[in-house]
Amino acid sequence: MSLAAAEPAAVAGCVTRPVLRERGQHEVFCGLTGIVWLHRKIQDAFFLVVGSRTCAHLLQSAAGVMIFAEPRFATAIIDERDLAGLADCNDELDRVVARLIERRPDIRMLFLVGSCPSEVIKLDLSRAAQRLSRRFMPKVRVLSYSGSGIETTFTQGEDACLASLVPEMPAEPGTARSLLVVGALAEVVEDQMIRHFAALGVGPVRFLPGRRAAELPAIGPGTRILLAQPFLGDTLRALESRGAKRIAAPFPLGVEGTSAWLRAAAVEWGCPEARIAEALAAGEARGRAALARHREALAGKSIFFFPDSQLEIPLARFLSRELGMQLTEVGTPYLHREIMAEEVALLPDSVRLSEGQDVDRQLDRCRAAAPDLTVCGLGLANPLEAEGMATKWSIELVFTPIQGYEQAGDLAGLFARPLDRRARLEL
Amino acid sequence: MQLAVWTYEGPPHVGAMRIATAMRDVHYVLHAPQGDTYADLLFTMIERRAARPPVTYTTFQARDLGGDTAELFKTAVRDAYERFRPQAMLVGASCTAELIQDDPGGLAKTLGLPIPVVPLELPSYQRKENWGAAETFYQLVRAMAGPHAPPPGTKRLPGRRCNILGPTALGFRHRDDIAEVRRLLEAMGVEVCVVAPLGATPADLARLGEADFNVVLYPEIAGQAASWLKRSFGQPCTTTVPIGVGATRRFCAEVAALAGLPAPSDDVALRMPWYSRSVDSTYLTGKRVFIFGDATHAIAAAQVAAKELAFEVVGLGTYSREFGREVREAAKAHGIEALVTDDYLDVEAAIAAAQPELVLGTQMERHVAKRLGIPCAVISAPVHVQDFPARHSPQMGIEGANVLFDTWVHPLMMGLEEHLLTMFRDDFEFHDGAAPSHLGAKASGPAELGNGRAPAAPSVPAPAAVTPHAVAGDPISWGAEAEQELKKIPFFVRGKARRNTERFAAERGIGVITLETLYDAKAHFAR
Repeated sequence: MSLAAAEPAAVAGCVTRPVLRERGQHEVFCGLTGIVWLHRKIQDAFFLVVGSRTCAHLLQSAAGVMIFAEPRFATAIIDERDLAGLADCNDELDRVVARLIERRPDIRMLFLVGSCPSEVIKLDLSRAAQRLSRRFMPKVRVLSYSGSGIETTFTQGEDACLASLVPEMPAEPGTARSLLVVGALAEVVEDQMIRHFAALGVGPVRFLPGRRAAELPAIGPGTRILLAQPFLGDTLRALESRGAKRIAAPFPLGVEGTSAWLRAAAVEWGCPEARIAEALAAGEARGRAALARHREALAGKSIFFFPDSQLEIPLARFLSRELGMQLTEVGTPYLHREIMAEEVALLPDSVRLSEGQDVDRQLDRCRAAAPDLTVCGLGLANPLEAEGMATKWSIELVFTPIQGYEQAGDLAGLFARPLDRRARLEL
Repeated sequence: MQLAVWTYEGPPHVGAMRIATAMRDVHYVLHAPQGDTYADLLFTMIERRAARPPVTYTTFQARDLGGDTAELFKTAVRDAYERFRPQAMLVGASCTAELIQDDPGGLAKTLGLPIPVVPLELPSYQRKENWGAAETFYQLVRAMAGPHAPPPGTKRLPGRRCNILGPTALGFRHRDDIAEVRRLLEAMGVEVCVVAPLGATPADLARLGEADFNVVLYPEIAGQAASWLKRSFGQPCTTTVPIGVGATRRFCAEVAALAGLPAPSDDVALRMPWYSRSVDSTYLTGKRVFIFGDATHAIAAAQVAAKELAFEVVGLGTYSREFGREVREAAKAHGIEALVTDDYLDVEAAIAAAQPELVLGTQMERHVAKRLGIPCAVISAPVHVQDFPARHSPQMGIEGANVLFDTWVHPLMMGLEEHLLTMFRDDFEFHDGAAPSHLGAKASGPAELGNGRAPAAPSVPAPAAVTPHAVAGDPISWGAEAEQELKKIPFFVRGKARRNTERFAAERGIGVITLETLYDAKAHFAR
C-alpha cells in the first residue's frame, strides 16, 4: 500500500533526527502475544482473552508447545449467538468466568483481555471486570486491558497489562523513597539487579510486575521509576499520575546500557561517584570480556531491523557502540520520543530510523541495502534466508534474558550465531 | 461464548490462506487488523516455506475505524495487484473486518482490475479452517472453470485422464501423498491432468474440465469442489481415500472402473502386509488403540488399525463436525460410539476413560498421551514442525502403508522387549517404570490424570482415581491381597485387568475385590 504519508520527507520530533514514518501492511504480532510471557511471570494470574477463534489460534501458534504445560490463559470465543444478540455477551462472559474460577481455584487475579472483535462490538470489559470483581472478591481480583491489534503491537500488550495494575497498587504512606523497576524481567536478571542496587545503596527496590499479582508494590510521590523495558509508555503515564517520577536512563542492554541504567538510579540516591565506579567495575569487566569474544564476528557487519518490539533502538545502540556493527535501518513499531531520548542520542548519525511499517516497501529497502544481518519476525525470516540473506528472528529477544552485565555476552551471541552458522555450513 | 484453551482448527480465513499459499499466481487480500499476520508464520515456520504466503493484509488500526477503512482496502488491493501481478485474486475479511462490514467483493469490483477477483464470504463466528479451505477452493474452481463448462446434459465417457484434488499448504503429508498417488495412477496407465490446489495456477483450474474424472484425496477440502465439477462437467470422482493397504486396493479398483482399465496387482514395494503377518507382530494383536483426528484420517486409521494391524479400536473421534455422520458410522462398525468434539478436554477425558495402549491422533493427543504415559503416533493435522519431515513420508498408497506400519508400531514396546520385561520384571534394569529403550531414559511414571486444568494435586494412585466403572453404585475397593496380586500382573495389561475386574465386581455387586474376585474375573474374561 502506498499510504506512507510522509516518505523521506522526514518528520522531526523532539529528538532532532529525521524519522521515516510509514503506514501500510504491518507484519507484527498484536498485544495478545504478551500473555505468553506475562503468564509465566505473574504466577497466580489467569489471562482470559475475549475474542474470536483467530485470537485463540494466534495464542496457540505464538505459545508453541508451551500451551500444554497447564497454561494460565484461554479464549472466550465470541460466536454468532453473541453477535446476533441472542445471548447477552455480559451474561455469557459471567458464565465463562464463573466456570473458569471454579476450575482454577488457585487463581488470584484474572485479566479480561480485550481483542479486536471485542473492541469493535464495544463490549465494555472494564465494567465487566468491576462487576466480576465485586462477585469474586476477595478471592479473585478481576481486571481488564486491551491487547487488540487495532490498538497494540506485540510488547504493547505488556504495557496495557501493567497500566491496568497501576490503579490497584496500594498508596505509599508519606513520601518514603523507593525504586520501582518496571517491565517484566527474567528472575535471574531481577536478582542480579537487586544485588547491584544493594551495592549502590539504592532501595528499597520493587518490581512491576511482581511474581504474585496479589502482592503489588506500593506507590507514592517518593517512588522513582526505572524502566527496564522501552515499551511502557502508558504504564509510565499511569505511574506518574500517582505521583511517581521517572529516572531518565538508557535501557540495561549491554555493558554501557546497564551501567548507565544503574548509575542513573545511584545518582538519584546520591551515591558517591567513587562508590558507583567500584560497585560496577567487576560487572563491567566481566561483560566486556564476554563481548570481546563476539566482537570479532560482528564488527563491521551491517544490520537492518524490521519493527517488532520497540527494543530495536536500544539493541541497535548496543550493537553499534559495543560491537562495532554498522546500522542501516532501525525500524520500530512505535517511537516514544521521551522514553527513547537517551537511547536515540547515542545512535550514530548515519542510521535511518523508521516508525510504523509498509512491509513490502521496507523489504525493497532491505534488499537494496543488502545487510549482513536482518532482524525480523518469523513470517519474514525463512523467506529472506531463502533469498540468501542472514536473519535473526526477533521474538527470541523478548523471551530470552538479555538485560544486565551477565547477559551481555549472551545477547551478542544471539546476533553472532546466525552468521557463525552460515560460515560453518557447506551446502 | 465458548471457553477454549486449545483449538484444533484456525478461523476460516486461515483455510483460505492455505489455498492461496498452495497455488501459484494467486494473491489474497485480507481485510484484517494488525496482528492477523501471525498466520504467515504457520507457513514459513511449520511448513518451512521459503517464500512469504501470497497474502496482503490491510492491517487497519483503531484510528482508521472512524475513517475510511474501505478506502484502505481498495488501496491494498490496487497495490497488491501492481506489485504481484497475479492471474487471479481472492478478497475477503477476517473476523474483525467482518464486523465492520466493508464489502470486500464490492469494493474490489469498483477497481475494475483486468483479472478475475473472487470474493470470499467466510463466516468467522460460525465456521472454521477446513470449511474455509473447502469454500475458497470451490469458489476459485467455479470462477476459473465455470466459463468452460459444457452444455448441460453433455455425456462423458470413461477415460484415462484425471485431476488430483485436495492437497493444500499446511496439509498433513499432502506433499508426499501426491507423489504416491500419482505413482499409483501412472502405474495403471492413468494420466494426471491437474493437481490442485497445491502447485496449480488459476489457468490450471480453468483446464479442470479436460480430465475424465477426479481423484479426491481430502474430502474435507475438495469435496465441495468435486461435487460441483460432477454436476457441471459430469466428471465422476473417487470416494475412497487410499490410506492403508485395503483402502489403496479399493481405490485402485475404483479408479480402474472409472478409467475403464483392469485393476492392477499389488506392488512389490508393498511390505506392510508381510510385516504385519510376521511373527514379531503377534504381540500387536488386540492392542487397545484410541483414534482421533480429522474425519478422513481418523476413519482410515480405524480401518487400518483393526483390519491390517489387528488392534482393537477402543475409541474413534473427530473434530470435523461437518463429517460427524461419517465418523459415527465408522465407529459403529467397531462397536463403539464416536466422539465428535473440538474440545480437547473432552478428548483427554475419553482417552483416560478408555485406557488405550496406543493413541493415534493430532499433536494435541500427542501431548495428552505424554501426560498420561501412553505411547502415541500422529495421524492428522494439526501438527507441529516435526510432522513436515524432510524425508519422503506419505500416508497414502503403497509407501504410505509402509510408513503407517513403522510410525504406529515404533512407539510401542517391541515384542521381544515386552517379553523380557515380563520375564525379568523384578530385575532392577527391567522394572515397570522403564520406558521403551528407543524412546530415551525418561520413565513413564504413573499417569497424571485429571481435567487438564487442575493444579498439580498430591499424587493419587492414578488408575483407581479414574477407572470409569468404579463410580456406579457403591464404590468398589480393593483388598490388600488382591491389590498386591494385581501388581504382579505385567503393567501393560494391568490397567485392562483392573478395569475388567472392577466391571466384573460391579456387575455382581461385590464391594471389596479379593484375590478370588480377581481370578474369577480373569477366568470370566478369558475367552
